[in-house]
Amino acid sequence: MADEVVLLDFWASPFGMRVRIALAEKGINYEYKEEDLRNKSPLLLQSNPVHKKIPVLIHNGKPIAESLIAVQYIDEVWNDASPLLPSDPYQRAQARFWADYVDKKIYEIGRNIIWKKNEEREAAKKEFIDCLKLLEEQLGDKTYFGGDKLGYVDIALVPFYTWFKGYETLGNFNIESECPKLIAWAKRCLQKESVSKSLHDQGQIYEFIVEIRKKLGIE
Amino acid sequence: MANSELKLLGKWSSPYVIRVKIALRIKSLEYENLEEHETFSPKSDLLLQSNPVYAKVPVLIHHGKPICESMLIVQYIDETWSTTPSILPSDAYDRALARFWVAYIDDKWFPTIETIVTVDEEERKPYYDILDTVLENMEDAFVKCSKGKAFFGGDKIGYLDIAFGSFLGWLSAIEQEYQRKVLVESKAPALVKWAERFVADPAVKGIIPETDRVVKLSRAFRIKWRAELGEK
Repeated sequence: MADEVVLLDFWASPFGMRVRIALAEKGINYEYKEEDLRNKSPLLLQSNPVHKKIPVLIHNGKPIAESLIAVQYIDEVWNDASPLLPSDPYQRAQARFWADYVDKKIYEIGRNIIWKKNEEREAAKKEFIDCLKLLEEQLGDKTYFGGDKLGYVDIALVPFYTWFKGYETLGNFNIESECPKLIAWAKRCLQKESVSKSLHDQGQIYEFIVEIRKKLGIE
Repeated sequence: MANSELKLLGKWSSPYVIRVKIALRIKSLEYENLEEHETFSPKSDLLLQSNPVYAKVPVLIHHGKPICESMLIVQYIDETWSTTPSILPSDAYDRALARFWVAYIDDKWFPTIETIVTVDEEERKPYYDILDTVLENMEDAFVKCSKGKAFFGGDKIGYLDIAFGSFLGWLSAIEQEYQRKVLVESKAPALVKWAERFVADPAVKGIIPETDRVVKLSRAFRIKWRAELGEK
């Protein structure tokens, strides 16, 4: 039976990138639909009526919203190859914990670096580095968070690497000097085709951020 | 099974801890119950060691290894003791739906209840509106997920039942304390009946604390949370 897989997405979204990587890791053919977030499609509004957000994975007509939920779904349904989550329940709980940590911390704090000013921005920068250092500790000397292979936490975190130039430029700090191991890890991930084809480069994302700020009339 | 194999760091009043207790009972697991202080100050050394990232309950300690975050613990329990009865749906799509609604509830429900407890009466309306919207969505979700059966999980209590039902103690408490019903038949008829079935279920009975007890505690928390707000 031919599976019909559609991804409603927005090119710059780190959450969308997660699902793209998972689909690529599993070698799944799918239709990519770019959404205009200022003019959301009827399909998006129907598929995710509660949040009206991307990404939404649609599998044989059934929508799955929330990036990490979609990634878990992909891992569970296409379970013949490239497991994204560990098989051991304790390791799985750890992987889910750290992916959830990325969700709770990285996006929100990163946003504050971009949009806030002065003390609030400084506080966000400090918190951001603290979070990245904690993640670096978790990585340790492993090639990936998933061990020898790219896994769930790698997928949850690596898309945010594309936003680092934005954070660094607006926040006036250098992430590599604080977290060299994490940057090395991100570059290793990018050597994988599933990741490099799913992510946009930091320059493009930075320009996108600059454009939005201009549109909103922020200097 | 020896008691020392499983320890639960918790608090009788925490809906998040209640979730784990229900899951443990569904799997007929014995455990040592370790209570944190009444209003979480000070936090025990064991809690700080076992959950250094958030210092929050619940924490399940299995053979000395800690697992944190209530719904991650519930999944861990389901996957480790994988004989029936199972907690997560067996179908991958149903699992994704259940996880979606759990994320929604966790984002909206308890933070809103906490805010209602913290602010003064005249500031509460927008938060009650949030609860009403959530109930509307959960009523819809119940109809879809239950497929005509008694619970979100079907014939038996499942993942989403546990996640949502664990809040019923605090819901009763605020309904009583602030004299305003929230879960009412006119707005959420299926959920009203589901709530009655949930609290009466053998897996749940006695785990959700008596409303009067929660009301008393909510008063202590109101003072604490208002003081914390004042410090910001």
